[in-house]
Amino acid sequence: MTVTTFDLASASLRDLNSTLHAAASGEFVVENPRGAHAVAAGINADLSVTINGPVGYYCAGMNQGGNVRVNGNASAGLAENIMSGRVHVSGSATMSAGATGHGGLVVVEGNAGSRCGISMKGVDIVVGGNVGHMSCFMGQSGNLVVLGDAGADLGDSLYEANIFVRGSVESLGSDCVEKDMGPEHRELVADLIARSGLDADSADFSRYGSARMLYNFHIDDIDAEAKGQI
Amino acid sequence: MCGIVGLFLKTEKHRPELGRLTAVMLHEMRSRGLDSAGFAVYDHGAPGRSRLTVLAEGQRPDWEPVREALERILNDAVDARPMRDHAVFETSGDSAAARQWIIENRPDLSVLSHGQQIELFKAVGDPDLVARRYELASRSGTHAIAHTRMATESAVTTNGSHPFVTGADTCLVHNGSLSNHSQLREQLIDKGESFQTLNDSEVAAGYLSWRLREGDTIDQALTRALTDLDGFYTFAIGIKNGFAILRDPIACKPAVIAETDDWVAMSSEFRAIAQLPGVDDAEVWEPEPARVYTWSLEGAPA
Repeated sequence: MTVTTFDLASASLRDLNSTLHAAASGEFVVENPRGAHAVAAGINADLSVTINGPVGYYCAGMNQGGNVRVNGNASAGLAENIMSGRVHVSGSATMSAGATGHGGLVVVEGNAGSRCGISMKGVDIVVGGNVGHMSCFMGQSGNLVVLGDAGADLGDSLYEANIFVRGSVESLGSDCVEKDMGPEHRELVADLIARSGLDADSADFSRYGSARMLYNFHIDDIDAEAKGQI
Repeated sequence: MCGIVGLFLKTEKHRPELGRLTAVMLHEMRSRGLDSAGFAVYDHGAPGRSRLTVLAEGQRPDWEPVREALERILNDAVDARPMRDHAVFETSGDSAAARQWIIENRPDLSVLSHGQQIELFKAVGDPDLVARRYELASRSGTHAIAHTRMATESAVTTNGSHPFVTGADTCLVHNGSLSNHSQLREQLIDKGESFQTLNDSEVAAGYLSWRLREGDTIDQALTRALTDLDGFYTFAIGIKNGFAILRDPIACKPAVIAETDDWVAMSSEFRAIAQLPGVDDAEVWEPEPARVYTWSLEGAPA
């Protein structure tokens, strides 16, 4: 397979992204991103993209399929609203990594900043280091695996996403509680760590999830009116 | 929006090109605001000498009568370095008295900064133009902070531009908006602070000025600010021999810090930092909410 290289020191970001959007397959290398925003965002095919250097906001955002690797750090909104595919960052990411993601796998080998996985809807996120405050805020579905520590207010107003943390948790957010770690959870974490290419023993993790006390909808209430209860 | 950059040079290596590096960083933040821009640059200063940066907004004044008047008031020599509508006055005399005289006698002028190390320039318009007009790129020094503004809380004027001075050798740039600035401004006026604009960021500057005057260290003042300032903020603060960063407890206004053996850089977005020499070996992280970060030159108290 031929490899197409874009050097962003001379090529335009729009050319790069237009090419990626038009491609049905292929392998691409991006040099000198220098913190540019929206690099490799909107991929909609099974492409392989390697980015050598730091990227700015919304790298690999909204991707459906594809395999994006960043050899460097990423800024805010890494893989935001990812639908499927894989995004792997060798360094750290700032705020809102994997935010609102519906599917796929996001790996940050270093630390992720605040609100990692905010409102996640099915994406799997694995962070080799720490996550910042309010991570997984209003998480609805999917798994957040943190090999390091978690900042304040983890899982605030959580719906049904799973959070696994190996290190310490500064504080749990409203309605987030520690839950039992069963064999099925250890298996899930082990699988995600293996797929991420990281190294950790799933037995060392604690699980956090929703206490479901903030839910204002109860299935039992659906016919409450008919029963004359309200 | 608004864009912030700060560059603190820990070693001599890049000090001759402080201005050029700051201009490159500022250029990258143009897309975060084209309403106005400003920068403060710090150098070691000279022992016993102090400086005032003075603005005559919208004028091309004759600075010579101002210089002569200051010499008369101070009974000491005063040098003037005019730069378009700005001028830097330097003296071994009492710069506080000089500042007071300008404030009381020349309402057409604004004292943008005072101290031993700081010079401060700002203007309405494209940040690149502002940097060029006031020759940022040719400046050397130890540290600088700069700002590009997308106005929200008050009018687009030079006086409403950042950085805002918070006392001798201290200034602040802000990305965000304060919700209790009106009430806080009244309280600070009662405590003796004076304000030149209706800008919320100037209130934050006035707040720090008040706390520093009350004897707080910059760490103490910023820690207290977390309680007293309500709203969204990422601040970069230039101080004598040092610089500081603070984000509010929610921290939705972006910030990233990078540090090497030679420098510490802070910006709203990494692409400003991506331009710096040696960045590939920098440690890069997102500053935590409600945590005070300070750096100072070795051997110099912040």
